[in-house]
Amino acid sequence: MTSGSGLALLAIVLTVAAALLIGAYGTRVSRTTSDFYVASRSVTPWMNASAIGGEYLSAASFLGVAGLVMAYGVDMLWFPVGYTIGYLLLLVLVAAPLRRSGAYTLPDFAEGRLESRGVRRVATAFVVLIGWLYLVPQMQGAGLTLRTVLGVPTWVGVVAVGAVVLVAVAGGGMRSITLVQAFQYWLKLFAITLPVFFVLASWQADGAPEVLADSPPVFAERTSVSVGSDVVLRVEQAVTVRADGVVDGREVTGTLRLPTGRHEVAAGTELVFPADAPVPHAEPLPALTGQAWGQPLGGGLDQPLYRTYALMLALFFGTMGLPHVLVRFYTNPDGRAARRTTLTVLALVGIFYLAPPVYAALGRVYSPELLVTGRTDAVVLTLPGAMVGGGGGLVLGAVVAAGAFAAFLSTSSGLVISVAGVLSQDVVGRRMRSPVAAFRVATTLAVAVPMVLTLAGQSLPVASMVGLAFAVAASSFCPLLLLGIWWPRLTAPGAVAGLLVGGGLAMLAVLVTLLAGPVPGWAGALLAQPAAWTMPSAVLVMVVGSLMTSRQVPDGVTRIMVRLHTPESLDLDRGANLTRGGQWP
Amino acid sequence: MTEGPSRRRVSVTGPPRASRPLRPRAAGREIDEQTALGEVYMRSLLRTQLRLALAVLALVVLPLAILPTAFAVWPVLGTLTVGPVPLPWLLLGFVVYPLTVLVGWRYLRQAERNEREFERIVGPPR
Repeated sequence: MTSGSGLALLAIVLTVAAALLIGAYGTRVSRTTSDFYVASRSVTPWMNASAIGGEYLSAASFLGVAGLVMAYGVDMLWFPVGYTIGYLLLLVLVAAPLRRSGAYTLPDFAEGRLESRGVRRVATAFVVLIGWLYLVPQMQGAGLTLRTVLGVPTWVGVVAVGAVVLVAVAGGGMRSITLVQAFQYWLKLFAITLPVFFVLASWQADGAPEVLADSPPVFAERTSVSVGSDVVLRVEQAVTVRADGVVDGREVTGTLRLPTGRHEVAAGTELVFPADAPVPHAEPLPALTGQAWGQPLGGGLDQPLYRTYALMLALFFGTMGLPHVLVRFYTNPDGRAARRTTLTVLALVGIFYLAPPVYAALGRVYSPELLVTGRTDAVVLTLPGAMVGGGGGLVLGAVVAAGAFAAFLSTSSGLVISVAGVLSQDVVGRRMRSPVAAFRVATTLAVAVPMVLTLAGQSLPVASMVGLAFAVAASSFCPLLLLGIWWPRLTAPGAVAGLLVGGGLAMLAVLVTLLAGPVPGWAGALLAQPAAWTMPSAVLVMVVGSLMTSRQVPDGVTRIMVRLHTPESLDLDRGANLTRGGQWP
Repeated sequence: MTEGPSRRRVSVTGPPRASRPLRPRAAGREIDEQTALGEVYMRSLLRTQLRLALAVLALVVLPLAILPTAFAVWPVLGTLTVGPVPLPWLLLGFVVYPLTVLVGWRYLRQAERNEREFERIVGPPR
């Protein structure tokens, strides 16, 4: 183990230890039943916003955004923009009414608002599906991180994050996790921002080489690349390399000429490229000149305009439908505090997203070997070490590794708590007597399934995977929340039909994308970015279905609208909380 | 006139003019009892808040939604630079964020003002 990886391991261990310690300390402070699940409700907006930011900024934000931008260019900035605008929509359309509803979870909201057990069951299924879909890229990111900084096989990181989250969640629920998540936000912001100053200074000192050059990226110096998993390289200009491993099915040791065309490189192969050679790209990454990379719609994907709009729709409207986001709102004392918290989150998330584009741009100049291995998601991890020499580079590398780990831990535990919460309440709990045992079994399920999927499944870029989870959320819970909050005539049959059609179609598109790999042309674009057609179908089915069953508008809807929309200070009859209180473990 | 009934008749001649909070008190009760008037109060609150939300969306989401089409129709927009930074990078990498927070802040103030107005109409806590 090199001194760099030792330092990174230490930083990661410290991050995990700090999270567990703060959690343990908090446990002594708060221990009522509802604290187990939703922490205390007397948290300030500032603290709460930090916690939401901590939970929201996942592997997709910490690693994935920079990775996608590095590979595909400026169009991918719609990812962080979408993650942020999603919170603006949450602020103006959902935040205060949702807090006032008093619901702990999305199934609680669905059942309470529509007075129907059937809606609850469908909502439960979607919480679990979206949660698992979102957990897979977190674990994938963990595997990539440990592999990049420590050189261990991918499964080690996957199992490590799974185990830590399992222990933390099964042991402590959400008690005190507000404090842990708040700490993780500041750690992540520090970890991604600090190296930015150093790499920018180093770039200036290097004479500020052109990022948007009219040529594809080249190796600035003789570069050794170890290929981690089988890739197909597209060589645009013949190049002579030193190879050690298996290329095009033949064992090679020594000098090798790679003519123009496709070349299969097996896992474990070491390639050494000479200085100034153009960088061959791993399929399916497009080989872009700096200029094309810097321009909108120049990212080399089919139907870029459609993809951009569908992505915008998924991210703008998906945020409000993520299961781990809603739970956090219950920790606000009232609807106004929920709004103030959301506004603060908007600012905290926005500050964070200023950093990833810097990594992406400089990564093309200083870490081009990632285009060869196809693992551009690692650019945040490798760039500080590649640009800042000596001990400083090692320390910065350890800092980003710790930040990345904080990202997996915080998002994963939030998701696992949400998934385990609904699983234990609606699925496992019915078959077991002890609620605490049911929660533990549910937690194990919530962790194990995505872990198996990660180890067995196809690997998409981290941010693309997360984008699919957003698309499903935008096509299921978003219409349910928007219509449920603003349209009194929504009925249970309409909602169920909309959830099944919109969410079901989106889920189907996701499965095809994951199982079949990239599909070319329009079909591929429609499947890879389904929200543009699945979300409108969900809204349409919900509205038409509700109008057709207008007799089944819930009796208590007027009272519920009073609950959702009037300030708590008014002494009005607002019925009961939209939750099944006291059922949490 | 001699006994009770006539006295009672005198005692209900009219409400004292000074007692003002009758209307606000009633508004809350109208909502609680789900009368047609109560529904009008609620619908006006919902409309006001929804209109505000949609105005915010028009202000932020609409310009963003136009952006990709604008880049597709006038590719030259993608090549403009502000100082050393290309325009699309400046907009999507920086400008969006402070703008969103600013709009969010204005929204928050207006939404709370709407709620105070509603509180004023529906009345002080009974």
